Amino acid sequence: MTTQTLPAQAAVRAPVRRAQPVGDALAITWRNLLTIRRTPRLLVFATIQPVIFVLMFRYVFGGAINVPGVSYVNFLMPGIFVQTVVFGSLTTGIGLAEDLHKGLIDRFRSLPMARSAVLVGRSLADLCRNVFVVLLMAVVGFLVGWRLDHGWLGLPAALLLVLAFSYALSWVFAIVGLSAPDAETAQAMSFPLLAPLVFASSAFVPVKSMPDWLQWFANHQPVSVVVNATRDLTLGRPLGGDLVQAIAWMVAIVALCAPIAVSRYRRVA
Amino acid sequence: MSELPATPLKQTGPRGAASGGEPAIVAEDLGRRYGEVMALDGVSFTVPAGTVLGLLGPNGAGKTTTVRILTTLLRPDRGGARVLGYDVVQQPHNVRASIGLAGQYAAVDENLTARENLQLVGRLTHVQGNLVARRSEELLRRFDLSAAADRLVRTYSGGMRRRLDLAAALVHQPAVLFLDEPTTGLDPQGRNELWRVIEELVSGGTTVLLTTQYLEEADRLADRIIVIDRGHIIAQGTAAELKASMGATVIEVAFRDAAAVATAREQLAAIGPVTVAGRTLHVGVADGPRAMLDTVRALDAAGLTPSTLTLREPTLDDVFLTLTGHTAEAPADGEDGAILERSGRGAHGRRGGA
Repeated sequence: MTTQTLPAQAAVRAPVRRAQPVGDALAITWRNLLTIRRTPRLLVFATIQPVIFVLMFRYVFGGAINVPGVSYVNFLMPGIFVQTVVFGSLTTGIGLAEDLHKGLIDRFRSLPMARSAVLVGRSLADLCRNVFVVLLMAVVGFLVGWRLDHGWLGLPAALLLVLAFSYALSWVFAIVGLSAPDAETAQAMSFPLLAPLVFASSAFVPVKSMPDWLQWFANHQPVSVVVNATRDLTLGRPLGGDLVQAIAWMVAIVALCAPIAVSRYRRVA
Repeated sequence: MSELPATPLKQTGPRGAASGGEPAIVAEDLGRRYGEVMALDGVSFTVPAGTVLGLLGPNGAGKTTTVRILTTLLRPDRGGARVLGYDVVQQPHNVRASIGLAGQYAAVDENLTARENLQLVGRLTHVQGNLVARRSEELLRRFDLSAAADRLVRTYSGGMRRRLDLAAALVHQPAVLFLDEPTTGLDPQGRNELWRVIEELVSGGTTVLLTTQYLEEADRLADRIIVIDRGHIIAQGTAAELKASMGATVIEVAFRDAAAVATAREQLAAIGPVTVAGRTLHVGVADGPRAMLDTVRALDAAGLTPSTLTLREPTLDDVFLTLTGHTAEAPADGEDGAILERSGRGAHGRRGGA
């Protein structure tokens, strides 16, 4: 064709600015926070489930679960915090699947913005949402008798740890959300992944009550080590291997999943 | 009213006169396969700066695949493309900074207001903060959305969403605009409103690539039309040329009796080129009223009484029937039909690949 012989850069064009990863991510965060504010019912439903878990384990199952050396409600609440953010991290995937389904991801991908911005913005907005939910659960905990007998100093650190874990998990579910054909499927795909992590863990019962073969898994999987580290912080116990393992898990999850998620975002059709 | 496209016009130069003469869009031998299906199979074309190209074809023809490749959303398996001289695979960021895309499915955020949607796109295209607000105002006024600017988009009608979607594609004043079936699914009023807006843009000099299933739409908006079917270009030219290829007017004659179709086909061949779809005959003619009289006489002389007899403007279906021997809707019947008919297409693709 004749066009091939023409210089490729012939047309006069507007100067192109480079992508701005931070600004772009903040713009997307702003958009997602507006969405959360405009659909309060989603936030309400997201908090009802963990509240029911608190009530159920505090008043129904708790009496039958014996934890040596600590009242069950004080044992339970760190587990509830982690369980709440684990199930809450699903919303990252659901939100992305919805954006994809509605064509918004197409629009974003056709704009000269940073490739990471949609995912970073989504995970940051979900982090803000989790701050709200975790604080709400703390209030619910106090109402049902949760007490920090060993001082309040550990609480901010404990909540920070839980929130950091929620942020890491957002990246796992970003991959799920970008792989699912729609939001319902994203949700359905996530549950089988989450249930064993949440329930075969130290969140609600002591791991020692489990069969030997399960204990190894339950002692080292990420939910358990984060719950244990949170417990160490709220119960005033000495900090140890669990905190180190928890941080290692989070770093590993983000280091592995964030590049995969961004790569999926670039290629998603 | 035409301030908006003024800047891109200056950037790309007047019609086809960008320095060096590179057309705004160059597609060379584009190919893309989805599994077993060749969605796009060797499509080449150019769009001179400041002109409008209509990509006309039925569902599954490859229109959207072409747009997705040109807007960097999809990589071609074969061939390449440049937009304003930027390679869509090698320099996607530069392409994205130069284009606007308004899609078939209005990609606006339902939980934001119209104003917020435009602000979001403005921020993401790195338009200066004080300019974003001003351009948003202009676009809202121009697209007749000022009154609803602070309402959540989920309360909008389909037509309003499409207008907002188009406005969102213009916040950063792109020199090249891609419109993927901008009016599909709209009612006639919404379609007319959108056409009016697009015509204004075009008159301002923006280069536009528009895909559509409607001949009427391509006719009204496009300088040149490419007809695409099953990943191939099967015809191209101006709307007038395409219509002339099958006659300016179509006489449609339908019968209840299959035997009558064959007789009528012979009788009417003298009036104009006849194509048959089921029990309906289409005769392409230049002078409609006169040909209609001839048709009535010929049918009467042969003792045939049609169940319907109408005179009308050619449609996309007529273009397809003339060019390919099948109607535009045929591929929707199923893969088997599509593959069977494909084998016969080579002979009909006489104007393809030009």
